[in-house]
Order: sequence, then C-alpha cells, then structure tokens
Amino acid sequence: MGDTAAKPAQKFRIETADGFSRAAAAGALILLLVLALLPVVAGRNLIQDLIFLFYMLALAQCWNLLAGYAGLISVGQQTFVGLGGYLLFALTLIAGLNPLIAIPLAGLVSALLALPTALLVFRLRGAYFAIGTWVVAEVYRLVFAQIKPLGGGTGTSLTPSVTSSVPGIEWVKTLLDVRTPAARDIVSYWVALALLATTLAAIYVILRSRRGLALGAIRDHEAAASGLGVDIYRIKLAVYVATAAMTGMIGALIYLQKARISPDAAFSVLDWTAYVIFIVVIGGIGTMEGPVIGAIVFYLLQHYLADFGAVYLILLGTIGIVIMLFAPKGLWGLVAERYGLTLFPTRRRLIVYEPEDR
Amino acid sequence: MTGWLDALIQGVLLGGLYALFATGLSLMFGVMRLVNLAHGDLIVLAAFAILFVADKLGLDPFVAVLVAIPILFVTGFVLQHVLLNRTLGRDLLPPLLVTFGLSIIIQNGLLQVFSADSQRLRSGAIETASIPLGGGIAVGVVPLLTLMSAISVIVFLNFIFYRTPLGRVFRATSDDLEVAQLMGIDHRRIFAVATGLAFVVIAIAALYLGLRANFDPTIGPARLLYAFEAVIIGGLGSFWGTLAGGIVLGLAQTIGARIDPEWQILSGHLAFLVVLAVRPRGLFPRAQD
Repeated sequence: MGDTAAKPAQKFRIETADGFSRAAAAGALILLLVLALLPVVAGRNLIQDLIFLFYMLALAQCWNLLAGYAGLISVGQQTFVGLGGYLLFALTLIAGLNPLIAIPLAGLVSALLALPTALLVFRLRGAYFAIGTWVVAEVYRLVFAQIKPLGGGTGTSLTPSVTSSVPGIEWVKTLLDVRTPAARDIVSYWVALALLATTLAAIYVILRSRRGLALGAIRDHEAAASGLGVDIYRIKLAVYVATAAMTGMIGALIYLQKARISPDAAFSVLDWTAYVIFIVVIGGIGTMEGPVIGAIVFYLLQHYLADFGAVYLILLGTIGIVIMLFAPKGLWGLVAERYGLTLFPTRRRLIVYEPEDR
Repeated sequence: MTGWLDALIQGVLLGGLYALFATGLSLMFGVMRLVNLAHGDLIVLAAFAILFVADKLGLDPFVAVLVAIPILFVTGFVLQHVLLNRTLGRDLLPPLLVTFGLSIIIQNGLLQVFSADSQRLRSGAIETASIPLGGGIAVGVVPLLTLMSAISVIVFLNFIFYRTPLGRVFRATSDDLEVAQLMGIDHRRIFAVATGLAFVVIAIAALYLGLRANFDPTIGPARLLYAFEAVIIGGLGSFWGTLAGGIVLGLAQTIGARIDPEWQILSGHLAFLVVLAVRPRGLFPRAQD
C-alpha cells in the first residue's frame, strides 16, 4: 500500500528496519546457531529449563498476537494447549502415529476445532469474550475427563515405545554419547527451538504483510481501522484460528516432553494462560520484543522464587497489576520509548525528504 | 417421575444461588462496564470472612454476615476508589488484567492464611432442615432461603435503581458517563458506592455458598463462570433476567446430574453455549452491549 502511494511524488518512503534492527537480525541468526549447537556442551538441567523458556515464549507470542494486536483478550488459550496435548496422546497411543507427525496434525485439528468455537465466542464482546473463552476451556477439560481411552479424569502416560520413537534419538545418543533420557530431552529441545523460531518467523511475516498493517491499525484504533475498510471480523477470525493452530502444536510438544497428561493440568488456566499473560504484560503488549523480555524475566522469577509457592504467585499478581497501572507498555515499552530501539522491525515509519535530498 | 420433579425443584432452588453470584457481577457491569474476573474469588474471600467472624466471635453465620456486610462494603468501596477506578477507560485490557491479577492474589492469599482445607459454615439444625412437600419430595430450608434471598436482593436493587436519587445517578453514569460528569456527578465516588453494594451482594452469596456446601480457596474461578453464564443466559441489563439465567443454569446442572452425576457442571456449560448459539443476546435482554 505504502509503495504505490510513494511512487508519484518521490518525496517520502516507508521504512521499517533501521541500523539497529539490522544488527539485531544478524545477532538473532547467530543466537539461533549458538542455541542449536548448545546441547553439545550444556547439561541436562539447562536444556530442560530452556525447553520450558522456549515454549512459554512461543505461547506468549501467540497470545500477544491475539490480545495485543487483534484485541481478542482470551483467558482460554489453555483450550488449545490441552487440545494439542491430548491430540498428541490420541494420535500416538491410539492411532500409532510417529510423534513428529502427530505435532503438526495436532495443530491442524486444533485449528479446525477453533473455527466453530470462534463462531460461538465471537458473539460475546470485549470482556465477556474473555470469560467465554474460559468457559470453552472448561468444556474441553470436562469432555476429556470423560474419555476413558485417554485415562478419563486421572489422565494417562505415553508409553516408552512412543517417547523413544521420535526420530533422531539414537543418532544423538551415539553422536553425543549420552543416555536415552538425555537424548530425548535434546531432541525435544531442538523441536522446541524449531517451533519457537517458526512461531517468531510466522508472526513477523504476518505483521510485515498487508494483514499485519491492518492488525496494527486494529490495535491502535479499531473503529478507525474499520472506517478505512479493514474487515475486522474476518481478520480476527483468521488470527484466532492461526494462533489456535500454533498453540495446539506447542501444546503437543509440551506434552511430548512431559509424557504424562491429565485434564486438570492440560487445561490449567494458571499454567497456560495466567503465566503467559504475565509474560506479555511485563514485557510489553503489542510488540514482538515485549514477550521476549517478559519470558526471560518470568524464567528468572520462576527459577529463583517458584519454591515459595503461594507467596510467589501473590508476587506475580502484584507485579502484573503494578506494571499494568504504571507502565502499561511494559518493560520493553520503557526501553523503546527512551532509546527508540526495535529488534523486530514491524513498525512502518514515514521518512519525508526535502526535494534537494534526492 | 418423582425423581425428575425433584430435580426440577432442586434446579430452581440452585438457580437462586447462581442468581446471587451473578447479581454482583451484573451490578458492577451495569454501572461502570467493569467485568470483574476476581468476582468468584471475592465470593470465596467473603465466605472466609464470614467464617472468621463466626469463629472468632462465636456467632451464627446468619449473624456473622451482618457483621461482615459493613466491612465488605467498605472493602469494595476502597478497592474501587484506590485500584479499579484507575483501570477504567477506553482500553479493555487494564480492568481485565488487574482483576485477573487480583484473582490470583486472593486465591493464593487465602491458601496462605487458611490452607487448602475444605471449610463449611455451621449453623446447626437449619442446615439439614427441610419442608416435606408430599410424594417423597422435600425442599431444604437453606436452598429455599437462598432463592428467597436472591429475590429480595433483586427487589431491593431494583428499588435502589428505579426509586432513589442514588439509582438515578447510577443509571445516568451508566447511560452516558460524560454527560453525567457535566451534571456535576463525581463518578469515581458513584462507582465506589456501586462496588460497595456489589460486595454486600457478594457477602449474601458467600453466606449461602458456605452453608450449602464445602468451600476452599481454589473454587472461586468456577463461581465466576457460573455467575457469568447466568448473566449472559438471562440477558444483560436486567436483574430479573439474571435471576432467570441463574435458574436456567441451575436446572441444566441438576437435570444433567440426574442423567449422570459426572455431567452436572458440563451440562450447565453446554446450556450456556446453546443459549449463546440460539439467542446470543440472552433470554430477556434489555440493554445494548
């Protein structure tokens, strides 16, 4: 849109990336490479911690796209984490598929189920939409508690033959000279890293596209975006279904790693929505950088304070409220406003030349 | 046949409890468009407050609630004035996130102070008393009192809303906040009074929650969902609609439980989804949005 408007006058252009974000892109590629090679030197604890960090960050990016851009504040994303997890169990234990095939299939089925779900909950507006999504998650939890082949209310475990059937485990065992459980973690780590990188890349591409411009417009002012011809309903539906697919795949991966599932854990509002919302709000909602910062902060808090149980959760809740009231753009918002930095250049900036500049 | 008739009667009576849960939520949304995600946890908090007062002062819960009501009114007033008023505005996110954070703080605060043990409000013989209706059907006194209290609360709130100067101010701020402000209404204080009133309703709901069944710090979110479902089934903007919504939800749950005890909660949720699919504005809608 910007390009065609820019041509006749030749007096301005639309810029997204700047020097800093180009450097950040190069840094991101190096970081990805380092993270991919990390299992060669890292211990098993670090690998497990990073798997947790990766999937929480991927979930946070999905929720951020949903709530921060499309204005769909859901407190029911545990629906798709649980659904993805249960689909993985059903596809591997009952249908006998390989877990690596089951993960994308879980994403696909989650998206298919998200469509009728959306048609219902989209009838609720604003805050009531939030609680409606929560009811849907409860419905799925109660339904899965009734499915006896998947363990009913108490849940079930993956058999060792399933968890060790992930391709690459034997290869890692001989290559890095580790035992089977450690090799399994390393393969899960790579899958988590790949899924995180894919999620980040997908969201980045969406935000840089024409649809992303529309999403940014919805984020900034929904009524104005609608007035400029953005089909709000369709774009929200598309975002809801796309994030359901991504969240479902992440859920499948989480439960491949955990190897044990139960309805209460898989559809837990605290684990899969409250923490995720906390990450996004602390880091800064409506930016791609925010959840990255938030996930790191959350990981550190979890690492050092989770043993305090209830007190830790009270602290998380308080931090969330304080940030929302006094720094609604989150930690990244404070940094970005001060120094004008962008790591993921999704924002379009208008650069106007004086005629003699050219 | 008697079994089904019994299920219907119990369902209507259970609906009284859900209507009490829902009325506080409905009141806050009606006056200031605030959807309080901590509503269920506040009901549980109030139940613990009544338990605490009853234990410490050796009072019957029905008397303890009279002590708790002024305390809860002030708590609600202060909470709205100090915290929730800051979150109101064009943006939906702050009120949702702040009340969600509050929900986590209340749940874990209660866990910390009262432990995860199940509690119950004890009121002696009245707990198990029932009135036989003949044909093997009896209605419990506490469930009957619950429904009667729900009706009284709604009559009282309707009186305040439509017959008093305070109610006129509530309706004015709800209809058009800016014009109400131009007329010299201090909306922050009005919102605080509305939340205080909602907390009084919460106290009454908590009394019956604690008398009818066990409660523990984790059951708040489920009460929020029941309250929400009753509001949406009934249709926004009318307290009588909320009562009807509560009764529909109560009926759905007892009929579901009659088919299979494990289906009680699920049937309630499904009834809500059916109403949402067939009549998205609820059974008795009054207000827009």
